[in-house]
Amino acid sequence: MNAPSEATVTREHGLALLREMLRIRAFEDRCYQLYGEMKIRGFLHLCNGEEAVAVGAMRALGPDDAIVSTYREHGHAIARGLPMNAVMAELYGKQSGCSRGRGGSMHLFDVARRFFGGNAIVAGGLPVAVGLGLAQTLRREPGITACFFGDGAVAEGEFHESLNLAALWRLPVLFLCENNLYAMGSALDRTEAETDIAAKARGYRIDAAAVDGMDAFAVEAAVGDAAAAIRGGAGPALLELRTYRFRAHSMFDPQRYRDKAEVEAWQQKGPLITLTTRLKTKGLMTEDDYQRLDREAAAEVDAAVAFAEAAPWEPIADLERFVYAEPAA
Amino acid sequence: MNGPDATHSSGTRMVDAAQITPLAPARLSYRDAVRAGLRDALRADPRVFLMGEDVGRYGGSYAVSAGLLEEFGAQRIRDTPLSESAFVGAGIGAALGGLRPIVEIMTVNFSLLALDQIMNNAATYSHMSGGQLHVPLVIRLATGAGRQLAAQHSHSLEGWYAHIPGLRIAVPATIDDARFMLAAALACPDPVLLFEHAALYNAEGDLTPGLTAVDLERAAIRRPGRDATLITYGGSLAKSLVAAERLAGEGIDVEVIDLRSLRPLDEETILASVRRTRRAIIVDEGWRSGSLAAEVATRIVEHAFYDLDAPVARVCTVEVPIPYAKHLEEAALPSPERIVAEVRRSVGREGAG
Ligand SMILES: Cc1ncc(C[n+]2csc(CCOP(=O)(O)OP(=O)(O)O)c2C)c(N)n1
Ligand SMILES: [Mg+2]
Repeated sequence: MNAPSEATVTREHGLALLREMLRIRAFEDRCYQLYGEMKIRGFLHLCNGEEAVAVGAMRALGPDDAIVSTYREHGHAIARGLPMNAVMAELYGKQSGCSRGRGGSMHLFDVARRFFGGNAIVAGGLPVAVGLGLAQTLRREPGITACFFGDGAVAEGEFHESLNLAALWRLPVLFLCENNLYAMGSALDRTEAETDIAAKARGYRIDAAAVDGMDAFAVEAAVGDAAAAIRGGAGPALLELRTYRFRAHSMFDPQRYRDKAEVEAWQQKGPLITLTTRLKTKGLMTEDDYQRLDREAAAEVDAAVAFAEAAPWEPIADLERFVYAEPAA
Repeated sequence: MNGPDATHSSGTRMVDAAQITPLAPARLSYRDAVRAGLRDALRADPRVFLMGEDVGRYGGSYAVSAGLLEEFGAQRIRDTPLSESAFVGAGIGAALGGLRPIVEIMTVNFSLLALDQIMNNAATYSHMSGGQLHVPLVIRLATGAGRQLAAQHSHSLEGWYAHIPGLRIAVPATIDDARFMLAAALACPDPVLLFEHAALYNAEGDLTPGLTAVDLERAAIRRPGRDATLITYGGSLAKSLVAAERLAGEGIDVEVIDLRSLRPLDEETILASVRRTRRAIIVDEGWRSGSLAAEVATRIVEHAFYDLDAPVARVCTVEVPIPYAKHLEEAALPSPERIVAEVRRSVGREGAG
């Protein structure tokens, strides 16, 4: 579908991908710093290294499509178009946050953008994605549902039950497994007897492929193709997006389970390096372009921090709101 | 793992004093106390093993099992995939098969994925088999809120579990209990769930000198007092003691009971205290409706109604999924301030302070 071959990559397309990835990287780096300053609390899972998955996938999806995500979802949210201000305010626990300060980093929601949230229970989003797909089918809606989850989720029963159900009912669900090789400290090959995730999906008669998750173009193309097939009635699909998280699992992880050399080797294959090298080699981008986009991203994050700092707190009197649906005003 | 040791087959063997790890320095953290208990258990009985997510290489998500893999090896410190239902169920099967599994579920929130195994298998086998089967399984879980982890990582569901006949629910709130409750749980032929409040892991304290074992049934009076009884457990014990200290400054002498066991409930200790002080305030991080606090209150009303000078009161978590923002989370949870206010109301000193 929109898979750009080497010949058809354009400057505009390349810079658009780069711009989005730099926004996410700048956001995550600032979050790391803000955690140290105790502005952000709770669990914070950063997605440095995984930006190409978020950006490539979201470019290939449309506004009708529903998104279900995980607790490592800042990148998904920003790439989906959630305003950075609202996301940052949420991390501050402010009223202007996209979940009114009640969700925090692991629970970003934006129903207007069909972003059905970060989920902090591993594999907890998969059955919900199946249900969103069922609603799309029965209501004959044009959209599909894209569901992100990590390699660790594959061990949960909910993964297997959801894949089977989606396949059995031929639902328009695209399962997007972000395989970063680790679930906290557990390497995939120490927790899975069969480490080929696509092969598991095929066991449920689901079309599946593995994709280089460090290549934003490749992710965009693969998600675009899979989404087109699903829209055409082919039933669910699964993509295993091979990526790597550059930072610790969360802010409390001494990372004893992997060595620095491994992290450094992956950093050399990172999504920003991969894309900029490609664009520069083709003469589609200059270092000045990169610097300009990087500055713009930093400025946007600065503005988001200023917004979050100035945003009001939810009044304590409103603590018990939203436990149930409120009558329309 | 070594095969089951015939001399240990009674399943009721206690760790003897000689085998307890010498502890120098005497002051230790709750985390270290739990780890020392694990180490004793693994040394004392070859049937004992630990399994759970990231308990081995990673050292446990709360660093409780750090170093155990190196000491006991991968057969006995078993990392599991993210498969709560499967590894809890496997713990039940291993217990039926003659082993003494200790299963760690990272937090009570994730135990819900294993609830079927816990409730429909572990809790029922003994009765459902007419007494043929026993499930000597210990499940350790972190519980509780207070760290801005929001609505899917902050629940206190131990009261729910205490609803289930066939399970024993114990809650170590002190360094002594963190250190020795595991041995008592392993000595028990029934499934025992040990709830460790995550906010306690860094708490430090001294072991009671000479103590080598604790029981799994009795409540403990952590602070004697005359004017009112605070009944609490787990992460709320420290808050209750702080409140009691403040109230002492106002001349209100509060007794503080640490339930320790939520199932069975030590009615005797609760009722004896309430009959003396004539006032009861229950502090529970669970939600109020249908809660452990409701159960304790009901028992007091059933058995000591005419001994009461004031209605039984409760300080529970406000009935919302725990919010992320610090000020909202704090407002939702029991606090020394809320406890103090409730005790004042109970003793008719609302204007005090
Ligand atoms: C059901 C459940 N079990 C355990 C956890 C604790 N936990 C949080 S994240 C995580 C690792 C998940 O790894 P993966 O799915 O690969 O996602 P990644 O963090 O690598 O993005 C674990 C074990 C949880 N949140 N939910
Ligand atoms: Mg992973």
